[in-house]
Amino acid sequence: MKIALFVPCYVDQFYPNVGIATLQLLEKLGVEVDFPMEQTCCGQPMANTGFEKDSIPVYNHFVKTFTGYDYIVTPSGSCAYHVKKHYNIIEQTTAVKEVRSKTIELVSFITDVLKVKELPVTFPYKVGLHVSCHGQRGLKNATASEITPDHDGLVLSLLKNIKGIDLTVLNRNDECCGFGGSFCVSEEAVSAKMGIDRVNDHVKNGTQVLTGADMSCLMHLEGIVRREKLAMKVMHIAEILNGNKV
Amino acid sequence: MSHSKKASIFNKDIERTTWHDETLWFVRQKRDKMAYVIPEFQQLRDLASQIKEHTLSQLDEYLLEFERNALKNGVHVHWAADAKEHNEIVLKILKKHKAKKIVKSKSMLTEECHLNPFLQQHAIKVVDTDLGERIIQLRDEAPSHIVLPAIHLKKEDVGETFHQHLNTPKGEKDPQRLTEAARQHLREKFVQADAALTGVNFAIAETGSVVVCTNEGNADLGVNLAKVHIACMGFEKIIPRFNDLSVFTRLLARSATGQPITTYTSHFTKPRPGAEMHVVIVDNGRTQQLGREDFYNSLKCIRCGACMNTCPVYRRSGGHSYNFTVPGPIGSILSPNLDLKKHSSLPFASTLCGSCTEVCPVKIDIHVQLYKWRQQIGESNALPMSKKLSMKVMSKVLASSKLFSFSGKMGRTMIKWLPYSMTHNKSVNPWAKARELPEVPEHSFREWYKQNK
Ligand code: SF4
Repeated sequence: MKIALFVPCYVDQFYPNVGIATLQLLEKLGVEVDFPMEQTCCGQPMANTGFEKDSIPVYNHFVKTFTGYDYIVTPSGSCAYHVKKHYNIIEQTTAVKEVRSKTIELVSFITDVLKVKELPVTFPYKVGLHVSCHGQRGLKNATASEITPDHDGLVLSLLKNIKGIDLTVLNRNDECCGFGGSFCVSEEAVSAKMGIDRVNDHVKNGTQVLTGADMSCLMHLEGIVRREKLAMKVMHIAEILNGNKV
Repeated sequence: MSHSKKASIFNKDIERTTWHDETLWFVRQKRDKMAYVIPEFQQLRDLASQIKEHTLSQLDEYLLEFERNALKNGVHVHWAADAKEHNEIVLKILKKHKAKKIVKSKSMLTEECHLNPFLQQHAIKVVDTDLGERIIQLRDEAPSHIVLPAIHLKKEDVGETFHQHLNTPKGEKDPQRLTEAARQHLREKFVQADAALTGVNFAIAETGSVVVCTNEGNADLGVNLAKVHIACMGFEKIIPRFNDLSVFTRLLARSATGQPITTYTSHFTKPRPGAEMHVVIVDNGRTQQLGREDFYNSLKCIRCGACMNTCPVYRRSGGHSYNFTVPGPIGSILSPNLDLKKHSSLPFASTLCGSCTEVCPVKIDIHVQLYKWRQQIGESNALPMSKKLSMKVMSKVLASSKLFSFSGKMGRTMIKWLPYSMTHNKSVNPWAKARELPEVPEHSFREWYKQNK
């Protein structure tokens, strides 16, 4: 299997440890991983702002960079979703179609492709999972409370099997964190309030480590956690699964 | 004023914002319970969506079938191209009957057409009879929700309004006593009314009848007391057969308020002996929306309000921040059809979380349409030139790994070396009002990779 790692632009710049954890985790699972140096971004920032057309060069660049791999794995549900869902505005060449179908979010790659159900890590903390909307309602990696009362999903299934872990039961299991790309600045007040409400839900229910499969949500929530000087630690799921220390 | 400006004003009162959010979340949870207990709920949604899909594809025929059958039943049918025509038609009917006082129930369409102020200019008194509507009418406010028009008000606010207008004791805030005061006040209006105006939830082509779903029964009271009944409907209210109705009545109240069914499901088919019944069918931009490939299915909406209750942005910004008759997610995809520039901030009043799409009983892909409206707005002149330019620059940078690595490094270096007071300056960087910027790492991932792999 030829696997490429796609590290989203802001993760590359601000959260290299998440990229490193993803790489190490994949290697531990016996996967040989390539990191094409030409990579930049999936193009979502412009597209969500209403400038999808300006993203086309970025889309083409992405496809060029990642053509020829069996899977393009990324530690971001949101970016994977963007490639799958929104690369429909460029000509659907074989390369484009392949890249779209082969781009996959890290946790689904682990559970669905590698068929790994359990990882040999111990994590004796109270862990709160933030379900990202694009991973859940976009990629359908988790059940949604609009449809069913049962909380389930790929990330949860891996977390449940970690030794020593205690999962937080939240009052609102899958409410959006309020990041929303450019929304976080253009609608600053609502975005912040949404984030604060999410964080408070975790505080109230005892979360020590807040995690999720999307660093963008976590970046926003971490910004609040640090501003409020809370003791809570924010970690990407890849860091936990890789056995990183708190 | 843009949605974000209004929303930031709304958020100044944090306690009230929290209260508003929790109140509507409670309604959303009631809806969930009702949805979960029906095993075939998702199939019902599919079915409802398909019935609407089919109806919209042959709307002209169904409308004409409805008209034929309604005429047979002795109902007058009128067609209005826009709000102005709608209002004039209503006025003409009222004038013919020398009606000076009318009661109204359950009509967002008349809100959309701004009928009340129009009739008042012609010396006709309109009383909204549904409790929530009456409260905001007394306060001279617009509804903030399509099902719960006064949801932005607390019982204390209502107490104060009733004290001013209905002479309830100062400080009275007991919901039951306040409701009773409204009831007494409204009974009088019902008895005096010359005509009754109602909205329409469903118009059945096969029978020519209109169906109104209410909890308070005011539509029935009004229609059965007055000599004239005028029912106003947007043309998308049509459903083909009587048999289709149950699919929608099962979904509507469950989605709206978490009730199994509305207290009253009233069928109006023909006028009472000696009375008159009119139906006004309104377009007002709907044909244009029907012609938009990406957006036509917004016309499937049955106005249950579930997308508002579930929307984390609506709950924390209030209906008035949308500045459109229909607020929330559905309003944000309906309004740009009418005036792209005026409503250009609404498709951006969303994180695109998609919860609206998942609750919608007729499966409108609301968040997909929000995204698509953004593209239309981006291409129009509705956004400032500076934004357009910055997107072009961003595109250049992100399409080149060299430029990307370089500007990334510059950015990180700047955040690191600039003083905190500058990077976290609230007027320059909205991010930093409530949030810290990420801590700047020594290396980017790619730099680490180059060194270590
Ligand atoms: S769009 Fe759907 S959820 Fe929103 S009001 Fe209409 S029917 Fe209800």
